[in-house]
Amino acid sequence: MALLSLKNISVAYGKNVVLKNLNLDVEKGELVSLLGPSGCGKTTTLRLIGGFVEAKNGRFVFNGKDYTKIPVHKRNFGFVFQNYALFPHLTVFDNVAFGLKQRNIPKNEIKKRVMEILETVGLKDYADRSPRELSGGQKQRVALARALVIQPDLLLLDEPLSNLDAKLRVKMRLEIRKIQQEYNITAIYVTHDQEECFSISDRVAVMNNGVIEQLDTPQKIYNLPRTEFVANFVGFENFIELELEAKERGGGGFYKLKNGQRFKVTHFNGREYERYVKGAIRPEEIDILNEGGGKETNTLKGIIGISTFLGKHYQYVVETEVGRLLVNGSAHKRYEKGERVTLYFPEDKIVLV
Amino acid sequence: MDFTFIIDKLPVFALGAVMTIELTVLSIIFGSILGLIAALAKISKKKPLVYAASFYTWIIRGTPLLVQLYFIYYGLPKVGIELDPFPAAVIGMSICGGAYITEIIRAGIESIDKGQMEAARSLGMSYLQAMRRVIIPQALRRMLPPMGNEFIALLKDSSLVSTIAMVELMRTATQINAATFKSIEAFFAAGVFYLFLTTIFTVIFNRLEHKLSIN
Repeated sequence: MALLSLKNISVAYGKNVVLKNLNLDVEKGELVSLLGPSGCGKTTTLRLIGGFVEAKNGRFVFNGKDYTKIPVHKRNFGFVFQNYALFPHLTVFDNVAFGLKQRNIPKNEIKKRVMEILETVGLKDYADRSPRELSGGQKQRVALARALVIQPDLLLLDEPLSNLDAKLRVKMRLEIRKIQQEYNITAIYVTHDQEECFSISDRVAVMNNGVIEQLDTPQKIYNLPRTEFVANFVGFENFIELELEAKERGGGGFYKLKNGQRFKVTHFNGREYERYVKGAIRPEEIDILNEGGGKETNTLKGIIGISTFLGKHYQYVVETEVGRLLVNGSAHKRYEKGERVTLYFPEDKIVLV
Repeated sequence: MDFTFIIDKLPVFALGAVMTIELTVLSIIFGSILGLIAALAKISKKKPLVYAASFYTWIIRGTPLLVQLYFIYYGLPKVGIELDPFPAAVIGMSICGGAYITEIIRAGIESIDKGQMEAARSLGMSYLQAMRRVIIPQALRRMLPPMGNEFIALLKDSSLVSTIAMVELMRTATQINAATFKSIEAFFAAGVFYLFLTTIFTVIFNRLEHKLSIN
């Protein structure tokens, strides 16, 4: 049984529905990320689990117990806030010791545990500092130590790295992951940063408009998105309307485009056959060939439009009979505006959504 | 001006000043307790509490202290509540000061980042524990300057209770004036005493602010 279950949770602020019948199961020891654009409900979900937001409907079950109505301070969950929320009137040591003092733990035991965790986050020598004297990264470590030292049953992280610079973010996310696995702690991590989320998570829940669109491993989310929203979110910029013509054995089929052209698609993300679907493909998976080149299926004629240099490659806007597509081409050769080309869509790179 | 007259009367003024201090200090204590309770009521999520506290500050801040004092001292006996001048004065000033202190404490608490409360709650504190150990210690620092103002205002407003038969600094001055017609000396001396007392307050608050800003 899952350690944590959200069952048909709905949250609304007045008439504004933020979460709609949301379901989520998290296993013990897992790090699950909630990923999505702002306003998708990811922070609300986290705050609901933390006890800061009340559900209008539904139940939150944790470790077999109904936690829906349990107040924040009785949940024993560690919470790491986006702006750290360190106590400015207390030293680093007292900030971290805060939750332990609350639990009536003997003084020398508190000292031992605080120093231990400060060592884990690399701040042993900063115990007597005031939070004001710390850098952003150090504050983040204190916040993490403060949440971990109480040995929480669940660790909740609300965009913990979004106030740090890019390099530090990469370093800190590795540390968070390392500590999370070392302590075998179950964690829920909210972020809008895809790379951060993929690098740190066991599973990712991509959210949109108050529902989870897909809950899967980072690899599956990235390679095999199941919905148009998820596909778009992870960088499938092109969506081509397809109509099923013939099924193939082994999970694939032939599809007809609007202009009559045929596409063969083999790489299925576990979707049932449907007559009308969309084929999603990333700009970098489309090949640009000289006009008339390539095979009969899985190609489209196009005219090069605006191009931009992205470092590793050029990105072109290509006009085709089925609409405007974004295509990346080699940085060694630049196609001119107005040039006629043939685009090739590898059958295993098209994902149906 | 007859300074020897003032010096002669110093012990009488000093007695009046002691009464002024007593009145002010008691009103500050009771007013602060009242203010804290009303402020917590105002920021709570319970509608009846919010309405009750808002009604209190609306009435008290919207009417003159003199009217409130007259109401308590001359009005209440008509419904059988007779108060001596001293309790009447302390009650009137506490209720009045409390209304202003309510707003100071409310603003101070609301100026603290919401995350502080949430962090304290998530570490195992109940709402009231978090208020006491995390929010109020931080809010206190921000509340000090307006509190200093309020205490000084309360001290000066205590002169109004001279009208309900309290013999404090102001009443001492009016009595001496009535007996001797040395108006300049009487009110000059009272003014100097008030200035002396408010200066003490100012110095105390400056020290407190300085001390808290270092920590």
